[in-house]
Amino acid sequence: MRPRKIIAALAGAALVLSMAACTKDPVVDPTGDPGAATGQLEIFSWWTAGSEALGLAELVKVLNDKYPDITFVNNGASTGGGSGKDVLQTRMAAGQPPDSFQVHAGAEAQDYITAKQLEDVSYLYSEFKLNDVFPTDLVDMLTKDGKIYTIPSNVHRSNVVWASIAALEKAGLSTTDAYYDSIDSFIAALDKAKAAGIEFPLAIGTTWCQVHLLETVLMADLTPAQYRGLFDGTTDWRGAEVKKALDHFAKLMSYTNADRGDLDWEPALVKVLDANAVFTVMGDWTPAALDARNLKEGVDWLWAPSPGTKGIYGFLADSFGLTTGGPNPAAGKAWLDVISSKEGQTGFNQVKGSIPARTDIDLSTWSNYQQGASESFKNDAIVPSIQHGAAATIAQGNDTGAAVSKFTVSPMAEANIATLQEELAKAYA
Amino acid sequence: MSIDTTTVLTGKRTESKSVTKQGFDWGRLARYLILLISLVFVLIPVYVLLVTSFKSVGDADPSRAWAFPLNWSIQSWITAWKGTTAMPSVAAALGRTAMMVIPASIISAFLGSMNGFVLSRWRFPGANIVFTLILFGMFIPYQAVMVPLFKMMASLWTAKLLVPGAPTLILLHVVYGIPITTLIFRNYYQNVPQELIEAARVDGAGMLGTYARVVLPISIPSFVVVLIWQFTSAWNDFLFAVFFGGNPQTQSPVTVTLNHLAHGSMLSDYGASMAGALIASVPTLLIYIVLGRYFVGGLMAGSVKG
Amino acid sequence: MVKSRPKFVMFLIRLFAPITRAYRAYVTSPKTRKLRKYGPPILLLSPSIILVGIFVYTLIGRSISMSMTDSYTFAQMVGAVPTETVWFDNYVTLLTSENFLHSLQNLLLYTVVFIAGTLVMGFIWAWALDRRSRAEGIFRSLYLFPMAVSSVAAGVVWRWLLNANQGNQASGLNRLFQNIGLGFLQNGWTTNVTFGITAIALPAIWQMSGYVMALFLAGFRGISDDMREAARVDGASEWQLYRHVLFPQLSPIALSALIILGHMSLKVFDLVVAVTDKHFYPTQVPAITMYNYMNAGNYAMASAVGVILLVIIAIFIVPYLIHVGKEAK
Repeated sequence: MRPRKIIAALAGAALVLSMAACTKDPVVDPTGDPGAATGQLEIFSWWTAGSEALGLAELVKVLNDKYPDITFVNNGASTGGGSGKDVLQTRMAAGQPPDSFQVHAGAEAQDYITAKQLEDVSYLYSEFKLNDVFPTDLVDMLTKDGKIYTIPSNVHRSNVVWASIAALEKAGLSTTDAYYDSIDSFIAALDKAKAAGIEFPLAIGTTWCQVHLLETVLMADLTPAQYRGLFDGTTDWRGAEVKKALDHFAKLMSYTNADRGDLDWEPALVKVLDANAVFTVMGDWTPAALDARNLKEGVDWLWAPSPGTKGIYGFLADSFGLTTGGPNPAAGKAWLDVISSKEGQTGFNQVKGSIPARTDIDLSTWSNYQQGASESFKNDAIVPSIQHGAAATIAQGNDTGAAVSKFTVSPMAEANIATLQEELAKAYA
Repeated sequence: MSIDTTTVLTGKRTESKSVTKQGFDWGRLARYLILLISLVFVLIPVYVLLVTSFKSVGDADPSRAWAFPLNWSIQSWITAWKGTTAMPSVAAALGRTAMMVIPASIISAFLGSMNGFVLSRWRFPGANIVFTLILFGMFIPYQAVMVPLFKMMASLWTAKLLVPGAPTLILLHVVYGIPITTLIFRNYYQNVPQELIEAARVDGAGMLGTYARVVLPISIPSFVVVLIWQFTSAWNDFLFAVFFGGNPQTQSPVTVTLNHLAHGSMLSDYGASMAGALIASVPTLLIYIVLGRYFVGGLMAGSVKG
Repeated sequence: MVKSRPKFVMFLIRLFAPITRAYRAYVTSPKTRKLRKYGPPILLLSPSIILVGIFVYTLIGRSISMSMTDSYTFAQMVGAVPTETVWFDNYVTLLTSENFLHSLQNLLLYTVVFIAGTLVMGFIWAWALDRRSRAEGIFRSLYLFPMAVSSVAAGVVWRWLLNANQGNQASGLNRLFQNIGLGFLQNGWTTNVTFGITAIALPAIWQMSGYVMALFLAGFRGISDDMREAARVDGASEWQLYRHVLFPQLSPIALSALIILGHMSLKVFDLVVAVTDKHFYPTQVPAITMYNYMNAGNYAMASAVGVILLVIIAIFIVPYLIHVGKEAK
């Protein structure tokens, strides 16, 4: 036991030195040398309950197989208002960083990058051969100034509309296809449902669900290039396209339930299942809730890309990075290997219901939804989600939430739409 | 005037039988009506907590808040109590919380009693300023000081002077409990007759002697009040627990566990979280039942006078 | 007769004579009497003074200095990007922001409704329980019970109860009102932009009324029957009895309740987040604004909000403390 530990320690030290010396040229290949890393791996993840915790347990299984000498500790905690980011930041500011931590891929990671809390891990992309198996759009989106700081473990889609077949029947709408090719045709369908006696045909939850709806409307009314441009300054938030989308958003909100401020997304979905509403726009963690109720796609419910967004994949992903100054970098690297490996992504995503970021995994035994989503992920234009940290930093997300909430509790008047547009423009200035 | 400890402890007033009631007592009826209506207000949320805790996943929904479960199931209670791969166990967390809350409340009670005694009896110059400064500490919004506070604690952890989890939480609850416990004891001791103290002094007891021999034994009512207050607030604290509780699965108190039950970031298990909340409230409830009458007695013995 | 001391002891006594003399002088001198009188109490207090000094005042100091910088990002907080002093700019930004003023107004409304509601509720319960009934113990424990329920779960229940739907789709309290024939009481609860915050006071009142009841109950018990009898014999009506005998006795209790409730109300945070949402505009309060700033790494603004809260508290608490201090003399 002892000599092995010493060797492992030496290997770890060598790894640290090599990383310090030259980050582009990997000296030790953890995939080829399982068990090289040792000691404690501390991560910070908000996957502490439900299907996510089960998924994390799958990842730990893979870790134990590949790196038997590593002990796994998750010190992450979700907090009342969020995902424990405050706790994580506080710990890092106090010099107590974990080895690796969970972060939404994209803009949300930017805060940590500017704070020099994340290492450039682009060398791991070549080492783990991820460039070949992740879609190019995805790798481009994660690359900042030629560097990549995070590795996604799973991918979700935000622009999906969910409908209950019972409600569609009641409303006299198509019960086989829930896709509408524009917001206007969707509004026509909502009118029809209303005429059929469904008072609030579009179910929605509290502020974050409303921002979620807004982003899918923006995806529908803007081209993918224009939409991406919202976040790098090339598209004007004060422009006519955004105005059109906000008008659409205001109109859509008029079809939504009065108790939206009191609901999380799941109770909003229940309104659809109870046929008190026809549609809800929500990310693709929805099937987990449908499965828990033993409801079947095609029999009980339908899904489609949200209105006007066929060919667009509204992307959000959980990802992990390597912490600067983490106590055990070798273990952190081993963790990144596990979450990006074929086994890790298979085990995790099957349990959690998301799709792997890798495109080389055979999904033929997975759910119908997952297969469809995975096809879109390979072929569609991938654009980042605003609500889920891919396009907006935490500060921008806060400002967006504040502006949208203020708007949706007030009358949908023209002046208020103008205020919303102005506040959004300021948030992303 | 002397303090009749029995009266103080139980809060009983000697019943006066002199007023003989004639006819129907409308006042009494009104009182009972008020008590019962209020009980409805208090119990409505408890009713929702209870019925939801017996519901299964599809059934636990705000639109069915009032309804009885479609199928009564104790699954949520089992999940909450034992935990699963996907859910931390409330039972284990209860033990950890007790290990933290009990020492924290006892230590802060003693510290508060010492401070209260000194501040009520020894009018050294600046005593009022010291009291004011201590009391003001009750009002700091903890979020605003979290970063420097955490840095301070983290350096103690690094220096191996303290470990995250119970020891750190005990320290913090004791420190931030100083203002309120001092306030309660100071007000209580101000009502202790000066003669008692003087008598001890004549006997040649120093300040410490007076405190130990005279003051401490008559402080029980206030101890009850302070213990109840500190127990409740430490037991239900979430903010310190999540920052300083250490490992959420193995070190943190029960509120962190409850939060995990309530907020998986995607799916919520409402049934388990409500069962968990009910389980976690039992120890505090027991304290109220056991110490309840002493609580009122303690408050009555002057602890609350401004 | 005193036994003559051995030489050795005499030597020691002589050796220490100067010290003994100094001690005697110290004990009897009027100059050092103060030190002896005040030394021990200060010694007893010092652990608390030191702890409060470190954990309260040092940290307040840091918050104040942080609030005068432009540390708006994580990068600046951890020192990867330099910060500059901007003095009172952050305060100006906050106090001219419509959203922040809205949150201050919310805080005021919430505080008034919460304190008034809790005091009234607690008083009524105490009054009703004062004539000791057999069931007192049960009622008392049940009324105290809400304090024992963690606000994480209580918040979810109240979120359900305060559901804004009315009419056919009503659930929560609105549904209850319909069923008991009080349909006109239905309302949008938290969704009202101006008064939505007062709906949050309801769960807060639910949690704290039991405590205030215990306070008042103690107050009632402190008024002896002799006093009541004496008043009755003097021909005082029930109302006069309350007006002139009971209320004056209870007012100090109301004052301490006010202070305890006030400090809880100004810090209200978890309850709001649990019942609505940290971005929900109608129920924004400064503690949530502060939390959102912190979560985004904006520690300068977060500290500024914290300091503003402290100043507001100081405005109310300092007069109270001065009053308490005077009374103590």
